[in-house]
Amino acid sequence: MAEPMKIRATMAGDVADVKVLMNHPMETGSRKDAKTGQLVPAHFIQEVTATINGAKVLEANFGTGISKNPYLGFKVKGAKAGDKVNVSWVDNTGDKNTAEATIG
Amino acid sequence: MNALRRNVLKGATGAGAVAVAVAAGLLKPTQALAAWNKAAFEPKNMADALKGLGVSSPVDSKDIIIKAPDIAENGAVVPVEVTSKIPGTSQIALFAEKNTTPLVATFDLMGGTQPYVSTRIKMGATALVRAVCTAEGKSYTAAKEVKVTIGGCGG
Repeated sequence: MAEPMKIRATMAGDVADVKVLMNHPMETGSRKDAKTGQLVPAHFIQEVTATINGAKVLEANFGTGISKNPYLGFKVKGAKAGDKVNVSWVDNTGDKNTAEATIG
Repeated sequence: MNALRRNVLKGATGAGAVAVAVAAGLLKPTQALAAWNKAAFEPKNMADALKGLGVSSPVDSKDIIIKAPDIAENGAVVPVEVTSKIPGTSQIALFAEKNTTPLVATFDLMGGTQPYVSTRIKMGATALVRAVCTAEGKSYTAAKEVKVTIGGCGG
C-alpha cells in the first residue's frame, strides 16, 4: 500500500497555511528502466481532495508533470486552530490514500 | 476476484462516459471537472489542452503572479507558486508549455481557499510556465520562463 502522507497546517493571521507532502513515484509512463530498457508504466496521482472539518476547500487534478513525491501548498481563510484538515488522493491505478491533521 | 482490477475497470468506464458526455455537449467541461479531465491532460500541445479545459483565448493579466526560479538546474523538481489577485478566482491551471503533455495540474478552489497554490513540477526543457486562472467565467493568464539545464521528463 501507499506510504503515509505528511500534512502540516498552521495559522498565519486568519489564514490557515496548509502544506502537504505525498509519497508517490509519479511515473509518467515515458521513462525507461535503466536496467531492462523497458518503459516504466505510468503511475501517478490524478485527483487530490482537501477538506476542512468535512467541507471541501480544494480539488486538484494532477497530470504526469507533477514531481515525484508531490508537494502541495494552499491557504484557507476562515479556518481556525483546532480545525481538522483532511487530504486524500487517488492515482491512475485506483490506489488511494488519506491523511488528517489538526491546524496548529 | 481481484478487487483492484474491478475498480480500475469501473474507473475506466466511468471516465469514458464523462468523455462521451463532454463530446456530446451534454456536460460543460467545467461540470465534468470532478472526474480527472482526460481531454485536458492528454493533449500534446497547449491549444488542445486549453480546449480540453474549456478555456478559449485567456486574457493576459498582470494580476497573476508566478513565482518560479529563472534557472532550474534540475527539471525533475521545479518549485512553482501561483498567486492570483483577480477577485473570484475559482480555478488555477498550471502548464509547462514544452512538456510532452503541457497541462501539469488544475486546482479548483472552494470555501475560504485563497487564490494561491504552491507545488513542484517536472519540466522537460526550457519553457514558459503558464498559469490560467478562471474567475467568474472569464479566463486570465500569465507566464514566466524557466530555463532548464537538465530535463526532468523521461530518461
